[in-house]
Amino acid sequence: MPMLIDTIDDATARAACARLANRPDALIEILHAVRRASGFVSDAAIATIADALNLSRAEVLGVVSFYHDFNRRPAPRHVLKICRAEACQASGGEAVATRLESAFASAADTIEIRSVYCLGNCALGPAALLDDRPIGRLDPDALIDELTVSGVLSGGVE
Amino acid sequence: MTGLPDRIYIPGDSAARSVGADGVADALAAALPDSCEIVRNGSRGLFWLEPLVEIDRDGVRLGFGPVTPDDVADLVATGFPDSSHKLALGPVEDIPQLARQQRLIFARCGLAAPSDLEAYARSGGLRGLEVARTLAPDTIIEQVKTSGLRGRGGAGFPAGIKWETARKSSGERKYLCCNADEGDSGTYADRLLMEGDPFTLIEGMCIAARAIGARHGLVYLRSEYPDAIRTLKQAINVWREAGHFRDLVDGADVDIEVRTGAGAYICGEESSMLNSLEGKRGEVRAKPPIPAISGLFGQPTIVNNVLTLGSVPWILAHGGEAYRDFGIGRSRGTQAFQLAGDVARGALIELAFGVSLRSLIEDFGGGTRSGRPLRAVQVGGPLGAYLREADLDVAMDYEALAEIGGMLGHGGIVVFNDRVDMAHQARFAMAFCAIESCGKCTPCRVGATRGRETLDKIIAGDEIEANLDLLQDLCELMTDGSLCAMGGLTPMPVRSAIERFPEDFTRLAAE
Repeated sequence: MPMLIDTIDDATARAACARLANRPDALIEILHAVRRASGFVSDAAIATIADALNLSRAEVLGVVSFYHDFNRRPAPRHVLKICRAEACQASGGEAVATRLESAFASAADTIEIRSVYCLGNCALGPAALLDDRPIGRLDPDALIDELTVSGVLSGGVE
Repeated sequence: MTGLPDRIYIPGDSAARSVGADGVADALAAALPDSCEIVRNGSRGLFWLEPLVEIDRDGVRLGFGPVTPDDVADLVATGFPDSSHKLALGPVEDIPQLARQQRLIFARCGLAAPSDLEAYARSGGLRGLEVARTLAPDTIIEQVKTSGLRGRGGAGFPAGIKWETARKSSGERKYLCCNADEGDSGTYADRLLMEGDPFTLIEGMCIAARAIGARHGLVYLRSEYPDAIRTLKQAINVWREAGHFRDLVDGADVDIEVRTGAGAYICGEESSMLNSLEGKRGEVRAKPPIPAISGLFGQPTIVNNVLTLGSVPWILAHGGEAYRDFGIGRSRGTQAFQLAGDVARGALIELAFGVSLRSLIEDFGGGTRSGRPLRAVQVGGPLGAYLREADLDVAMDYEALAEIGGMLGHGGIVVFNDRVDMAHQARFAMAFCAIESCGKCTPCRVGATRGRETLDKIIAGDEIEANLDLLQDLCELMTDGSLCAMGGLTPMPVRSAIERFPEDFTRLAAE
């Protein structure tokens, strides 16, 4: 039996909307709160937010799909954002990114690599952000060693 | 002279943290007695020296850097010697790359903890707002007009004229929006200020709010800057507690709210930013109407960059005439130049307009970090032109750069060595536009993808001459037909690369 979408209510999204007074102009802040709590923006969250903010689901989905920050599927436990913009390209960032992509390929369930364009650390490139930790002068081998020791890449490297 | 200091500084700035400042702070906390206070200050913007540890000795700040956690035991054991230690830099204010700057916006950056309001006031902060409180709004606007201050986000529109338009517009409420969506690669000045001296921005916003009659201030800050978001929010709370938001606009208070972006480069375009602030897709709006007449929620709105607003406290404290004395031609005041990419001494360099690009890269930056020859420099972010070594004598101001087909943008300078392939850089410009286009207008949405495909063919050696002609046509159409600067300026890096580095595009044809 198909589930009626109107019966789905996402408690996290409902609480985030209430905290921001169900204001439609706070939609992006609400989506950030949902993403932080749940790791992604689900169909149920979209339906709940639409209901709370008196928007259509299409309007909410339109906003979700516009911004790179809002992923529609659960993210792995760790996300490594690597800067691929010009200043980091000029610091050898492309080779670093390629090396890490191949090293992390077998650990895709625990760590995801995302390309971002500028982290504002352009004098110390290549730059990255591992979850919330900024990394400058990114040394791929040092990072692979660290993540192997900490178990994130357990046994999966090389 | 040696001896353990009473107070020691290690930046909490995210760039310093990215190269190990937290580990140094932990090592210092473990090695020093409790009587020694450890301050997490902002960064001075001399990034090649980070993590830069500073101590206060007889009122002089002495620097040590770059410090690793392993160096801490030795520094403590030797009592932070003035000059004999291999990491000793002497008085920080005498480091040539800092001593030769003209810091107006960044005068206080890195001196103290970013939420230390007393230190802010002691080092010259709050004076601009004190003056502004004694002036009528029109007089404040006159001062800004006299100063010659132009928008530092890239467009360079005179700030005073924008303010005057918003002041004269009528609406139920007026908004002041600070554009802190610093997405240009090679730029980090907004981040540095918000993490290192956020009160300067807040003070500038208070003055602007009073001038235009806006009680509602918003800062649109990109999500890629989590540390800046945290620091700025904390500083706003301190400012509010101290009562500095009170009684600014016709006896009413002002307040500032921080809003987080969500990873869309286009939201740095002001009309796209306004849609995003309304909780919508960040699509560009057609102009007119201009935001100063009808902006956020259809109300008169000023959108100013962080550095534009950050320049205002100095202008009010010292007068528009004094500010006007810096700079050349129609580019008055100082600009925060940001050295990035393959550069030996990456740093924020605040100087009056008119310094040569060569001086910035060679005298301040020390040439390339890799030691390889410099081949290209991109000035003004991803929409700025690629310049050659032969162009480096250009004076850094709005008009001189425009004359050679470039632009100043937000002041970013990215240095590339001789390994760069300019056809790939041109392709990247189109690819980036295709990823980040808001999709509202066809020249940008479709043009960027077609441009990337055409460059792929050129790179593959497929009918190079014909495809270069096609690409030039496409660039012309994007320049003339796009709704905003994203599609309109993406051709600038592409065309400059073709014009200045033709050999990279025709190499395959020659082989």
